[in-house]
Amino acid sequence: MERKNMFFKEHFFKGLITACGAFVIVLTLAIGAFLLYKGLGTFVTYGHSPLEFFFSSDWAPVDGTEGGGKVGAAVYIFGSISTCALALAIATPFSFGAAIFMTEIAPNFGNKLLQPVVELFVGIPSVVYGWVGMTVLVPAIRDLFHLTHGYSVLAAGIVLSVMIFPTITTVTADALRSVPKDYRKAAYGLGATRWQVTYQVVLPAAKNGILTGIVLGLARAFGEALAVAMVIGKTRAFPKNILSPTNNLTAAIASDMGGAMEGGEYNMVLWTMALLLFLISLGFIFIIHFISSRSEQKEKKGKEA
Amino acid sequence: MNITKRAKTVDKIMTAIFYLIAGFFFLLLLAFAGYVIGNGLKGFTPKLLSFTNEGIGNQLFNTIYLVVLALLISVPLGVAAGIYMAEYAKKGRFTKFLRICIETLSSLPSIVVGLFGYLVFILLVGARWNLMSGALAVSILNLPLIATTTEDALRTLPKGYKQGSFGMGATHWQTISKVMLPACLPRIMTGVILAAGRVFGEAAALLYTAGMSTDINWSRTWKLTSPVSPLNPFRPGETLSLHIWAARTEATAANAEQIANFSAAVLLILVFAFSITARLLSQRMSKKMTGGK
Repeated sequence: MERKNMFFKEHFFKGLITACGAFVIVLTLAIGAFLLYKGLGTFVTYGHSPLEFFFSSDWAPVDGTEGGGKVGAAVYIFGSISTCALALAIATPFSFGAAIFMTEIAPNFGNKLLQPVVELFVGIPSVVYGWVGMTVLVPAIRDLFHLTHGYSVLAAGIVLSVMIFPTITTVTADALRSVPKDYRKAAYGLGATRWQVTYQVVLPAAKNGILTGIVLGLARAFGEALAVAMVIGKTRAFPKNILSPTNNLTAAIASDMGGAMEGGEYNMVLWTMALLLFLISLGFIFIIHFISSRSEQKEKKGKEA
Repeated sequence: MNITKRAKTVDKIMTAIFYLIAGFFFLLLLAFAGYVIGNGLKGFTPKLLSFTNEGIGNQLFNTIYLVVLALLISVPLGVAAGIYMAEYAKKGRFTKFLRICIETLSSLPSIVVGLFGYLVFILLVGARWNLMSGALAVSILNLPLIATTTEDALRTLPKGYKQGSFGMGATHWQTISKVMLPACLPRIMTGVILAAGRVFGEAAALLYTAGMSTDINWSRTWKLTSPVSPLNPFRPGETLSLHIWAARTEATAANAEQIANFSAAVLLILVFAFSITARLLSQRMSKKMTGGK
């Protein structure tokens, strides 16, 4: 009896565990399907062309089911791209610096002190970043550049850069660590200085890992909502320069979804933006896969040669 | 000779720059945490801890309750998915696709997950904003993290555990549940603690699921069906992080800014406590692993 029970359990739990695995797939497909169904409503139900959505900046969706409004989301899309690009430009050099410090310059000190610091940064909630950005950074920018208010692309870029630097740093440091020690020894043996070794040997060898880190950072920046919404100024206009306010995809969804009538045109076009965010994050995943498959191929070639 | 000299000077300058960058991040964290915590505690009055709309007692309770609910959902599911990938999955298209799915889930923007939760758990069910749907939405965000930690933990376990158990005539499931999972427990715990820390700070996924209001009557704690009972998971429940967000848009209390400062400080302390615990746990574990040899 005991023995029979044992084998029953074996099959029962194998089935249960497999079902949980399958559930993850179903869940992901369901998210994709619902987003597609809702997001395509702008084009299918209300007959707008995708060109209008991507390239027009006329934004006047009707908050009802009669349709006929304007759904040009170019301002939001450009807002997302410009803030993320700025964040990346700020965060990348600092992240490289921190990663190189941890792996090449002072591994002991770096692992014991800087690594925990980076990990603590990862955990800080985005609303706290947003709140500090709003109460400290925005007034500081206002006073520094003599603006009427400090809400700006610059503020959003700075807040985002602080949020994505831990990701880039961690992945870059991992990539640098995985460069074989022999590379460094050989270069040192030729009389190179530490900076020459780092810059001309270690960094190029870790190129693919570093790229992955940058893409992961960018993906995080694109998906961030509330912290950006709190400092970007929510002004529906293309930013004239990095000191002017604008708006982005995530902030628009976060603030407008609650007030839009379910099934209406306004509601639908916000879903289209969510779909766009989903597709962008899928795109980043494919880029990462592409990078890693490229580096695997290279390794294979290297072994054959 | 000139080239060598220049190379050496450049090397020194770059080294100095790297030290500066490392120091900068160190100071940035100190300044950031110091400012948030200091600023939050500066205006502290006992009133801020009260369970009224001038304090954050209710929000704090909601946050902890939501974390518990979310972990109750995501830990069994995530651990099971992790076990599947490490032990049962065969190499093939299905497993490859599952991996892509987990990766997709882990990179989903939390606002998108929030919208999905709003659509499925609120609109389709016909409910109003409630804690349970918030917990479900956050579980979607946690699931990949817990699944991958479990898988990694099972995979890095020395082969001897499994072989020894099989050798004694145990079935696969007995081996997993009685030998491998207990041995992996500390690592899985680390992942769960990190996941919990993330739930504390999550806001975008809760905006349209858990809702931005809270109405609790503590004298009805045990009447679970009452819409104002604190333990009823089907009532709206604003968390601490949402409270900070709301302080900016729809401040209802006179001391809204003070409340937000204090909430941010409490949130930061909670999150730091969680990530430091996770770090200590994993450090102790690696000592134990290497010390045994």
